[in-house]
Amino acid sequence: MRDADATARRARPSGDDSDGSLSMTKRGIIEELLNRCRKFSHRESETIVNAMFDAMAEVLARGDRIEIRGFGTFGVKPRAARQGRNPKTGESVRVEAKRFPFFRPGKELRTEVNGAERRAR
Amino acid sequence: MTKADLVDIVYERVGSSKKEACEVVEEVFAIIRDSLRSGQKVKISGFGSFVVNDKRARRGRNPQTGEAITIESRRVLTFKPSPVLKDIVNDGKARS
Repeated sequence: MRDADATARRARPSGDDSDGSLSMTKRGIIEELLNRCRKFSHRESETIVNAMFDAMAEVLARGDRIEIRGFGTFGVKPRAARQGRNPKTGESVRVEAKRFPFFRPGKELRTEVNGAERRAR
Repeated sequence: MTKADLVDIVYERVGSSKKEACEVVEEVFAIIRDSLRSGQKVKISGFGSFVVNDKRARRGRNPQTGEAITIESRRVLTFKPSPVLKDIVNDGKARS
């Protein structure tokens, strides 16, 4: 099912005020999913949302990519070892090579976030 | 991994039908998108947060032609992985 009419649903996502600014948390998503679908119990909604993000984290742990059409791509990039500095002491330390998770928003999402209406069309 | 794999996972856990699982997965991403569109931050504990940032207009250059251009002010989305995710991705050895 494509969500061409996602804009039609203007239900205000329930925000969580935990850090002063209004932001959506995993908890908020669970509540909102419950609101929008009205088919599950709270526990089920929780299971679903947790399962989705746990599965995504697992895929990234294996070093694989996640491609969600219309949303974006998650992946893992290697970072080379480098000479770093302890910002407190100024002491030079070796930072080992590591892997770093990244997300690249898809075109649709990028335009949406930028507010398509603000763009000269 | 694609959306279809997430649908399978949801179906296995709370499976009533594939169709319903598919709707649910779409809905979760729709909720995230709706929040971001309204400029709201989205924080997924243990995974990371999606943050909308305002970028000011700046002078730029077309790297191919060298021509000076203005890059208009815009809103961009960034993802900041949670320390937990950074750890997982490094087999739990990220923080030394």
